[in-house]
Amino acid sequence: MVLTDSQFNMPESDYTLLEGLKNQDKRCIERIYRENYNMIQSLVINNNGDIDDAADIFQEAMIVLYEKSLLDNFKLSCRLKTFIYSICRRLWLKKLQKNHGRHIKVELLEDTIPVEEVVEDHEKKQENFKLMEKAMAKIGEPCRSLLNAYYIEKKPMQQIASDFGYTNADNAKTQKYKCLVRLKKIFFADYKNEK
Amino acid sequence: MDELLLIDAVERFLKGDMLPEEHKLFEELRKNNADVDQMVVEYTFFLNEINQYGESKTFRQYLTEIEQEFRMKIVLTGTKSSEKATLPTFWVRHKKNLALAASFIGIIFFLTAVIIYVINSGNEKKIKPLVEKLNQQENKTRQIENKVNQLTNSSEILAPRLEARFRATGFMIDASNAYIITNVHVVKEAKNKLIIENNKGVQYSAQAIYLNTLTDIAILKVTDSAFKKMPSIPYSIKRNSCELGEQIFLLGYPKQEIVYGEGYISAMNGYEMDTIFYQLSTPANEGNSGSPVVNRKGELLGVISSMETNAQGVVFAIKSENIFKAVEETRKIDAYKNISIQPKPALKGLDRTAQIKRIQDYIFMVKGN
Repeated sequence: MVLTDSQFNMPESDYTLLEGLKNQDKRCIERIYRENYNMIQSLVINNNGDIDDAADIFQEAMIVLYEKSLLDNFKLSCRLKTFIYSICRRLWLKKLQKNHGRHIKVELLEDTIPVEEVVEDHEKKQENFKLMEKAMAKIGEPCRSLLNAYYIEKKPMQQIASDFGYTNADNAKTQKYKCLVRLKKIFFADYKNEK
Repeated sequence: MDELLLIDAVERFLKGDMLPEEHKLFEELRKNNADVDQMVVEYTFFLNEINQYGESKTFRQYLTEIEQEFRMKIVLTGTKSSEKATLPTFWVRHKKNLALAASFIGIIFFLTAVIIYVINSGNEKKIKPLVEKLNQQENKTRQIENKVNQLTNSSEILAPRLEARFRATGFMIDASNAYIITNVHVVKEAKNKLIIENNKGVQYSAQAIYLNTLTDIAILKVTDSAFKKMPSIPYSIKRNSCELGEQIFLLGYPKQEIVYGEGYISAMNGYEMDTIFYQLSTPANEGNSGSPVVNRKGELLGVISSMETNAQGVVFAIKSENIFKAVEETRKIDAYKNISIQPKPALKGLDRTAQIKRIQDYIFMVKGN
């Protein structure tokens, strides 16, 4: 993250928290939860949601924040609390509209900073995530577990070979590539349909 | 060029694992062969996508863990600030009026309850608990199995196996201190000895340390020194109520091996509108008492307790919120104050068979004589 002028205006603690989130530091993430979760829970609960909706929305906002923290040119132009509140408000509003149509009246308390663009960016990114999830769901076993072990759990090929009962890492690797070719076909078929 | 070889090359190229020599050859191949070049472009895009997907997924799981821990802390410690924050300002403003109204409602409820009790006290109960009484035949089979076990494990000295008179189910709630949830009516079947048995047939002695006849929740402590500490439970326990129609599944021991069943929440209250229970529509049999009821996300919603006798597939499960109450009350007993629910949720997003694999080690037979 570049320390521009506006960064210096950002409260020290917010900057530390954002850096911590970027590095997936557990203590920092817990602190963001502690300091903001209840605010979001009451926002959602007071606007036709339940506790689980609140948890989903908060997690989504954390992902948005995380994605942003990875960008070099990201500047937080307000307090972290305000940013999280605005993102959650926007996300919740969209979800309500999706579920209940456009007519729902939501009085979501105070005015917030504009975050439409941020949320739309995030949703575009999520589209590919969902496509990949769909492709993974379609591919079947043992390909799913194999690809999962390598690309998500990041296990070394040697261990995967012994976990799955291949005689050596090279065989497991060949199988992994075969699975990858299949996954790619499924992914692109859906990708072209959606775009 | 072989497609598999090409992917391998692209993957190593992206990771920067290529030797300079090979790198040069690779670049030349791309320049001279448009098809290869096209495939490299495609795979570069795709590998980036899958890597991003992997990272995103891992991070989500990590967040879910932190979040569950965080939410659990609120439940167990009852943090004041959280309660305050979730209270709508409406409540604060109308405290007095609401309190008055609530006490009126309370009185009316009490009167209604008394009337309903008087009216119903003549009726016979039409539900039965789901404990299986074991017959002689099964005990004999067990004895033979024991002998086989003793022969095959002759190096180990086995404690004599219990000749059980009944079998039901229980599940782990605190893996590091070995506390198990089952039903009170199950525990009451045991006149002499109570044991738990895992899916490999190993028995451990256990002791009932908490019984609540109203909710039918019992907590057992595994007292056997041979019982090994297990990793944290993979399911979280749902604190608030679930949705009508929610898909659920259950795992239990209606026979000597673990059995899977699925269904849905068919009513928010139990037999004769009992608010302690949910009504489920799912297959269940004798032996299913104490089975965990789990939803799609891997959250534990309830504990199977009984079924209606004159209707197929109408089953009653204790709402999971009662587990928290039981744990809280148990913690007040000095000897068991270490009890705590600390799940490491690991089921969200897994497919069903993978979920079952993760859960089944935490589900036990509860037997006794």
